Amino acid sequence: MSLLELRNVTAHYGVSQALFGVSLHVNSGEVVALMGRNGMGKSTTVKCICRILTSEGTITFDGQELGRMPSHKTARLGIGLVPEGRRCFADLSVRENLIAAARSGQWDLEKVGTLFPRLTERLEQRAASLSGGEQQMLAIGRALMTNPRLLILDEATEGLAPIVRQEIWDAISQLKRETGMAILLIDKSLRELRQVSDRAVIIERGRDVWTGHITELDDQTAHDRLGV
Amino acid sequence: MTRRLTREGLLNLAVLAGLVILPLWALWADEPFTITLATRAVVLALAAVGLNIALGIGGLVSLGHAVFFGIGGYAMGILAHHAQTYTSVMEWPFVIEGTKNMPIIWLVATVVSAFAAFLIGLLSLRTSGVYFIMITLAFGQMFFYFAISWSEYGGEDGLSIYVRNSFPGLNTLVPIQFYGLCLAILLAALALYSALMRSPFGLALNAARQVPERVRAVGLDPFRLRLVAFVISGAITGLAGALFADLNRFVSPTMFSWQLSGELIVFIIIGGVARLFGPVVGAALFVALEHWLGGLSDYWHIYLGALLLLIVLFGRGGLIGMFAGRGKIHD
Repeated sequence: MSLLELRNVTAHYGVSQALFGVSLHVNSGEVVALMGRNGMGKSTTVKCICRILTSEGTITFDGQELGRMPSHKTARLGIGLVPEGRRCFADLSVRENLIAAARSGQWDLEKVGTLFPRLTERLEQRAASLSGGEQQMLAIGRALMTNPRLLILDEATEGLAPIVRQEIWDAISQLKRETGMAILLIDKSLRELRQVSDRAVIIERGRDVWTGHITELDDQTAHDRLGV
Repeated sequence: MTRRLTREGLLNLAVLAGLVILPLWALWADEPFTITLATRAVVLALAAVGLNIALGIGGLVSLGHAVFFGIGGYAMGILAHHAQTYTSVMEWPFVIEGTKNMPIIWLVATVVSAFAAFLIGLLSLRTSGVYFIMITLAFGQMFFYFAISWSEYGGEDGLSIYVRNSFPGLNTLVPIQFYGLCLAILLAALALYSALMRSPFGLALNAARQVPERVRAVGLDPFRLRLVAFVISGAITGLAGALFADLNRFVSPTMFSWQLSGELIVFIIIGGVARLFGPVVGAALFVALEHWLGGLSDYWHIYLGALLLLIVLFGRGGLIGMFAGRGKIHD
């Protein structure tokens, strides 16, 4: 049984329909890349999974139908979201950002510090004063502190310097290698996605148009579907 | 950052020293009225510390906190009134007698205020911004006019209590002893505020004030966080109301007035929003101005208004912020 399963999910922003029957699944311990050009429905799909946006169709997590569940309850079920644009709690220090989100489990301050040593150096620093890359690390650390079974990373490396992007990709690889956590990745870096992902789903105009093992994603499909 | 914290810590210690030394000086100088003024400041500060949990940490601008202050006051007034008239508060379905015992009165005041805060919070916290302000104000006005119409307990004229209530081992009629009792409760409330602010609950509440949708993303319900904060806040303000009524030996509908809710907010703004000792400094300054300027003119609030204006325009951290530097939140 899949950890996360979407069947024929549709969603609207007011009168505009954004998703037209998206279906995908993520198995335990699997890294799935959710790909597509800008505005095709990737982030909308994530919003539906996290119940930030209401949708029709079926979304189940660990066999439980999410239905009209409020978004904070999906997080408690074990869906950790690193949202687009980071948005840390600016007035709180790094330590406080992490403690505020903490739930019991294997992830604690020490373990997050091992994954991102930079955060350990800045534990008492205000989140607002961190660099963009450090804020992204903090956003990932904050999601991990909820001890999720599925981690969703929405454009986690967007707008970051190459060296910081590499640190984030290294951390994602480490998460996959050492924790066996299921990860749903949204990103535009095809090269890095190929390295860490097991499978890929391509969304185009609100529909899932291609699903398969990441090694099956050939250059022609990538060019046609993703424009790369 | 450490330097800023140290400066604020030193300032807090100085304020605390003032709270201890001033009444002792007044005792030595045989100035009991000064002790009464200090008690008034301490009790009002306690009410504002309660509000500071909702407003300072949670960002909830409640213009109805006088409800809890009034409930605490009337809890004391009703229990003491029945004790002094040797009548029961109620006889059916079970008998509740009046009492002059402070710990029991405080317990009743705190529990009833917390329950009222729970009910009011359930409704009002579904809104935000100006709607939240208006709903809390509306609740305040409802309680105010209910108290006016409650003729059994004095209606508009209020209710006088002839003898101050008792506390085991103390003579509460001695001003310095009653002051010490109120100060101990204030310090306990400040300790609670400090612990709350550093706790995961306080941090999450603070985070919910900043980005509620991100708080949901980490599995926390901003509504529930705010409701718990509102209940704790209301309970502390209710306890302050019971002490205030005991100080004056009088309760009246003015304890529910929206002006009092506004004054509590003013204390916090003057002292510093979300600052540990902000409400204490604000309340102390208010009582001092009320005493000194009130002796010069009936319109002393003009000067208070000017001070408030200056602080809002030029000193966003309040008086504490001016001396201690920028704070963690709100400044």
